[in-house]
Amino acid sequence: MIDEADLLGDGPPASPDLSHCTAATRNACKLCTPLGACLVFRGVRGALPFLHGSQGCSTYIRRYLISHFREPMDIAASNFSEDTAVFGGEKNLLAGMANVTRQYQPEMIGLATTCLSETIGEDMPALVQKCQQNIADLPPVVHVSTASYRGSHMDGFHDAVTALVSQLVTDALPHGAVNLLPGMVSTADLRHLRELAERFGLNVTMLPDYSDTLDGSTWADYEALPSGGTPVAAIRTMSGAQATLELGDSLRGNTKSAASLLETRFGVEKISLTLPVGIQATDEFIAELSRLSGRDIPADITAERGRLIDSMVDAHKIVFGKRAVVFGEADLVIGLTAFLCEIGVQPVLCVCGGKTNHFDVLLRSAVPELPGDTLIRNGADFADITHEARQLTPDLLIGNSKGYGLARELDIPLIRTGFPIHDRIGGQRVLHLGYRGAQALFDDLANTLLARKQQTSTIGYSYL
Amino acid sequence: MYSDTPTDVGEIDSIEGVSPEELREKMLDGLPSKTMRKRAKQILTNDPDTPPEIAANSRTVPGIMTQRGCTYAGCRGVVIGPIHDILHITHGPVGCGYYSWQTRRNLAKSPEGAANFLQYCMTTDMQEDHIVFGGEKRLAEAIREAYALFKPKAISVYSTCPVGLIGDDIHSVCRQAKEELGINVFGFSCEGYKGVSQSAGHHIANNGVFKHMIGLDDHPVEAAPFKINVLGEYNIGGDAWEIDTLLRKCGISVLATLSGGVTYDEITSCHQADLNVVMCHRSINYMAEMMETKFGIPWFKVNFIGAESTAKSLRKIAQFFDNKELKDRVEEVIAAEMAALRPVQTEIKARHKGKRAALFVGGSRAHHYQDLFADIGMETISAGYEFAHRDDYEGRHVLPSIKVDADSRNIEELHVDADPERFRPRLSPEAKAKLVANGFTFSDYRGMMSEMKKRALVIDDISHYELEKLIETWKPDIIGSGIKDKYIVEKMGVPCKQLHSYDYGGPYAAFTGAINFYREVDRMLSSKVWSYVVPPWVKARKPLAVAAAEDAA
Ligand code: SF4
Ligand code: SF4
Repeated sequence: MIDEADLLGDGPPASPDLSHCTAATRNACKLCTPLGACLVFRGVRGALPFLHGSQGCSTYIRRYLISHFREPMDIAASNFSEDTAVFGGEKNLLAGMANVTRQYQPEMIGLATTCLSETIGEDMPALVQKCQQNIADLPPVVHVSTASYRGSHMDGFHDAVTALVSQLVTDALPHGAVNLLPGMVSTADLRHLRELAERFGLNVTMLPDYSDTLDGSTWADYEALPSGGTPVAAIRTMSGAQATLELGDSLRGNTKSAASLLETRFGVEKISLTLPVGIQATDEFIAELSRLSGRDIPADITAERGRLIDSMVDAHKIVFGKRAVVFGEADLVIGLTAFLCEIGVQPVLCVCGGKTNHFDVLLRSAVPELPGDTLIRNGADFADITHEARQLTPDLLIGNSKGYGLARELDIPLIRTGFPIHDRIGGQRVLHLGYRGAQALFDDLANTLLARKQQTSTIGYSYL
Repeated sequence: MYSDTPTDVGEIDSIEGVSPEELREKMLDGLPSKTMRKRAKQILTNDPDTPPEIAANSRTVPGIMTQRGCTYAGCRGVVIGPIHDILHITHGPVGCGYYSWQTRRNLAKSPEGAANFLQYCMTTDMQEDHIVFGGEKRLAEAIREAYALFKPKAISVYSTCPVGLIGDDIHSVCRQAKEELGINVFGFSCEGYKGVSQSAGHHIANNGVFKHMIGLDDHPVEAAPFKINVLGEYNIGGDAWEIDTLLRKCGISVLATLSGGVTYDEITSCHQADLNVVMCHRSINYMAEMMETKFGIPWFKVNFIGAESTAKSLRKIAQFFDNKELKDRVEEVIAAEMAALRPVQTEIKARHKGKRAALFVGGSRAHHYQDLFADIGMETISAGYEFAHRDDYEGRHVLPSIKVDADSRNIEELHVDADPERFRPRLSPEAKAKLVANGFTFSDYRGMMSEMKKRALVIDDISHYELEKLIETWKPDIIGSGIKDKYIVEKMGVPCKQLHSYDYGGPYAAFTGAINFYREVDRMLSSKVWSYVVPPWVKARKPLAVAAAEDAA
């Protein structure tokens, strides 16, 4: 059996100076826009993601999502050919939409564009209308524009949530439920968020919810579309909710976010929160649930928090003063950075792989205790990260599987978080959120450091 | 004496009480008439003696879930990507490059200090400005940067869909860079929309490798009596290394493997070989033909997947060189390797003899892997390719009758002539005639169908719906496919072996690889997990795999 890890060698020759590199992205730390949109659509019950463009993009995106979730992931495409690329994709779109309608009988079709259809400048609203006129039984179609030359997978994700809200929600009578927009988190995170809200007796509409569709059990019968997800009917009536909890600092000031839309169109209160990673952000999230429900905080949640604090006391000496590099999606990086500061790990470099407006400001205001000399990079690739990290002598890396090469080069551990995780089992259900998520991360971090210490120990001692 | 005469392969009558013809009807039933007419030509019951015509390499209907990828994937991802000391630059938005970043498990090792860029994924990451105003300048800068950083021997550039539309002329950018930098820089117009599948990309890649690399270096390679190239072998999971080791044991040197664990220098000098053997016919037959025309290197098809096939392939190579010493050496090696393999094979065969496999993958793997399953007594009841052409199913004799459609016409057919100085026939006409008279075939691939059972179901570009019908009706014990189907198949309670990435295992080639494969299949089929699928408190139903096992018992 060949151990691929052994083949890495020392990697390509180290570059003398990378700072002048501007024209190329080397080992990107972001994925393409429609991937985020497809993920969101997979979190709507009975919905089928559909890409208007060549089949290659859909195949690649499926392949990528599958390698992380280890679950089936169907994305249809309008299969452009050279002719289509020149004359437009109307015929292909109509044929494709008719075919999936008949084959899958979806409850909704989530239509995203690719760079190809965007470059041609397809008039998507007009095309969708044509489909509606010509295809009997066509379910609701929600369309989102996702050119990858305009953003990253996170933009695709948020834009798809906004599109769902903007194109599906209609007036509804107040029903007192709470809308929860979790952002791009793991399936375990989604389950935990729902559980927490329900502990307060709150009725939540979580959008998207791919906790079942992308982390399901084996089937009793063949399922053309996996069960689970947010029902279209529930999305339609998000206007009747008492408030929308929108997680993630990157959306806080965004007046076009889904929560902002619900607020301006339907008067549903927008509540922006930091992604609840670590203690303080979870405290705020829990406090908000308590306020919205008018209920006290259940004793078991307080106990869970207590256990976390207790373990932090126990293991403080192990993690304190360690230096970490954090990279990945903006909101998760902000959450993780806050958490690291809470436990006494020093974030020496915080990187957002895509470009997020004012990332440094967002990070510093969410984590005021962040040391002034912590490097913050927005829209950086792994070549940049590597270049910085070599000087910073970190003790560990926190981020997705693509950090493996760097971890190997620096000979330090990589704590896997976020997306994609394709070199560990269970990457799709890494729990980051809530006290429970913080506990899991904390234990993982402390134990990784302990394991290191034992491995490199010259004596070998088992009381640590 | 080696002979390519086919042997009798047997017939499938009915499985689980359903005949192949009935299952085919079931798959076609209920499709809209146009789609049904199309699929009817892609789902056939086999006849090994006169394979029926299959409508392979036709466009996937929009909206039908396909396993297929794009032209770019076939070019950059499959054929050229594995050349590990070339710096590859994807010209396009970020995704296309990212998704082809080590996603195919083509492995490479290089000595300390030597360049290996496989860990690298470089892309121009085009932004809106570049789409609107053109991306040539950015590409030129990216090439310059790449050169400044790494000083590679060569840089290769790939166009993705939007680049074709905005009309960037990557070839002139490459030409200029080549002049400016003094290294080999070349580009591939492999926009994803150009073909029916990744297959178009293979062809474009073959053309480019032939034009820009093959024959550049005439410095004599190390003297060796038997020098060959292995074409269409991509070193997934280390397969090429197994083949290399095996051939070396026999005294045969491999100049270059196209393209797996291979360097630029090996490729530019590999036209000095005596023979090309072809593993994956689909992706590389163009190269084999062009090298024969220009340099006089003969080629034939081999298969190092499966113990029997490996032995057969070695014998054929020895027969070609017609050297007593080599033939003896080959027999000794086969005997030694088989002695190690037999006990494992016998043990595993005893457990799984008679079980059924179905394979839907690739442009050659769905054929090759039938041999590995056959080694352990398993029968392939149905198979099909993702992106192969008629010749890969029916055999190369159908080539003249394949209609060239608009999609294929897109791809340039290089006009190749014999090289005035370097063309050198490797065999005398007499020697060749003698071999042919004895049943030896050159430049030939008989295709998958001639080696499959009569009435086995052959399904091209299988859809999810058809796969589901197959599993439900014929209850295969294992399916060989790719990552996009794996989890669907396993959700239905049937183990699925990925034959692209090998489930991150391998190698499976040659005798040592075969042992690996038998063990992995044994592990998959013997896993208890399938029996836990239904909780004990749910009595009514059984997972498909368990039901099949009980029926068999
Ligand atoms: S063309 Fe755009 S959408 Fe398609 S894979 Fe490339 S970056 Fe992603
Ligand atoms: S944009 Fe074109 S080249 Fe890129 S992945 Fe999609 S189909 Fe392939």
